[in-house]
Amino acid sequence: MKACTGIMLALLFALPASAEVDKRARSLASTCAACHGTDGKSVGGTAVLAGMDKAEFIKQMTSFKSGQRKVTVMHQHARGYTDEEIEKMATYFSTQSRGE
Amino acid sequence: MTFDRREFLKIAASGTLLTAFPSIAFSAPELMKKKGPRVVIVGAGFGGATCAKYLRMWSDKKIEVILVERSPTFISCPMSNTVIGGSRSMQDITHQYKALGKKYGVKLIQGEVVAIDTAKQTVNLAKGYLKYDRLVVAPGIDLMYDQIEGLSQKIADEQIPHAWKAGPQTALLRKQLEAMADGGVYLLSIPKAPYRCPPGPYERACQVAFYLKHNKPKSKVLILDANPDITSKKGLFLSAWNTLYPGMIEYRPNAMVTKVDAATRSAKTEFEDVKADVLNVVPPMRAGKAADLAGAVNVDKRWCAVDFLSYESKVQKNVHIIGDAVAAGLPKSGHMATAQAKVTAAAIIELMNGRQPDPDPVVNNTCYSMVSDKEAMHVANVFRFNVEKQAMVSAEGGGVSEKYSEEEGSFAKYWANNIWSDVLR
Ligand SMILES: Cc1cc2nc3c(=O)[nH]c(=O)nc-3n(C[C@H](O)[C@H](O)[C@H](O)COP(=O)(O)OP(=O)(O)OC[C@H]3O[C@@H](n4cnc5c(N)ncnc54)[C@H](O)[C@@H]3O)c2cc1C
Ligand code: HEC
Repeated sequence: MKACTGIMLALLFALPASAEVDKRARSLASTCAACHGTDGKSVGGTAVLAGMDKAEFIKQMTSFKSGQRKVTVMHQHARGYTDEEIEKMATYFSTQSRGE
Repeated sequence: MTFDRREFLKIAASGTLLTAFPSIAFSAPELMKKKGPRVVIVGAGFGGATCAKYLRMWSDKKIEVILVERSPTFISCPMSNTVIGGSRSMQDITHQYKALGKKYGVKLIQGEVVAIDTAKQTVNLAKGYLKYDRLVVAPGIDLMYDQIEGLSQKIADEQIPHAWKAGPQTALLRKQLEAMADGGVYLLSIPKAPYRCPPGPYERACQVAFYLKHNKPKSKVLILDANPDITSKKGLFLSAWNTLYPGMIEYRPNAMVTKVDAATRSAKTEFEDVKADVLNVVPPMRAGKAADLAGAVNVDKRWCAVDFLSYESKVQKNVHIIGDAVAAGLPKSGHMATAQAKVTAAAIIELMNGRQPDPDPVVNNTCYSMVSDKEAMHVANVFRFNVEKQAMVSAEGGGVSEKYSEEEGSFAKYWANNIWSDVLR
């Protein structure tokens, strides 16, 4: 939806330094938060994804997709994401600190 | 008007003044003068609170976020059925809003939104108004009491609870079950879809049966479902009912309750009159009233159509609708409300910077259902934006549990703890 440019200009705010983050990756990763916590910092029970090794993450997600690793729910999620998206999430999570 | 200030606040707080004298709204003061880019959010449930937090996080606190909520605490519908079943307490599902302010600088106002002017871009509370650049309306649902003869908000609050908004009615329903004699009948009436939380009613039947089995084993659970069949996880629920609660749960499809009588404790469908000891009638539902105040209810006079890239209303500019109020082929769940909230937060930041939102949003949903105090099962799906259909559609994957299990009972608990934290902390 194209909004009125005059109003838009009035709303512009300075871009923060963290505008460098891959926002697409950040959004994709945020879809895991209900079970794995904000930015992958699980508050208990489920795996902490924050700080996870990139290759290990991709390996896990691939084994969920293929059904090689037998699990309760992750295969049903992993299959909904493309390999490129999994790669993006892997990068994002691997650069998150493991939490407070 | 000659009310003195104290009198004014008292009446205004009761919520009647503004409807009776709408002009008052405009003589009320501006609350929190707007200085920079600002988003006002109506409703701090799963959708609204998450959107507030992520707007602050992802804009590096550059956008001022004001979150207006009528309730002093967050009471979670997810897991509220286990309060009715007796394995959790009201306290377990009640959470505080504090961290949203402390950690993220969200400005929380406790109060009722009573008017919205989308032309002037203002939101009215009883005590004054707020200006916004963009508005997020996340009001959840309202119950349509007028669809069931003999039912009203008052009767629901005192005698025939729906307990479809977690809170005092959840506690009331639990008390009624505790007071019921062994051999009694608990009646659950389910409205036609779409309604909040498709598997919720069947989970509730499990939780009530769980309580009765261990405390009043001669009792019955009678389900009158307005739908032609169990609307979610059918096979799994049937197996739970037959295995865990054999002979206890009776299910009647195509049974829409049209009338109740609180005095005789009876419910009427097209085909029969049913008496019960505890009546749990869930009326049909619609988008919460705040969506009407924003002029955004445009589907069946009940729901709000949105652009799925930004959740901006199809009929109101700069007004975003999220959560149960949205008309979509998406489940009305807390999990989904948080997913929509994040897409919206990201989109608003882009739009307020004069850029376009992500053209390919992906969201997912999982609804766990607790079938006893320890065992659960789930349904999970990923949804992607489909350009041709201009809709969110199921992606590859998705599915339900093979069987309910204690393992998944633990995962359901982890889900609840993590989503509560994602929304509020
Ligand atoms: C029994 C039951 C079990 C459920 N179980 C699950 C589950 O296991 N998993 C799951 O994902 N979902 C579950 N749900 C569904 C989930 O609760 C809803 O889908 C979710 O709450 C929707 O979020 P929302 O933000 O749209 O609305 P809500 O969470 O209801 O938030 C709306 C908020 O807006 C406030 N508000 C409304 N109007 C105004 C106003 N005018 N002024 C100020 N404040 C206002 C309300 O007080 C409320 O706090 C369950 C629901 C029920 C009833
Ligand atoms: C509904 C809850 C839920 C959601 C949503 C969810 N997960 Fe999981 N995740 C689990 C559970 C439960 C497990 C354990 C395996 C199983 O039973 O499925 C798990 C395991 C994992 C593991 C393996 C960790 C390990 O060390 O063994 C990874 C990696 C993972 N999830 C990534 C993700 C990503 C990425 C997303 C978002 C795209 C996501 N999860 C969304 C619940 C969830």
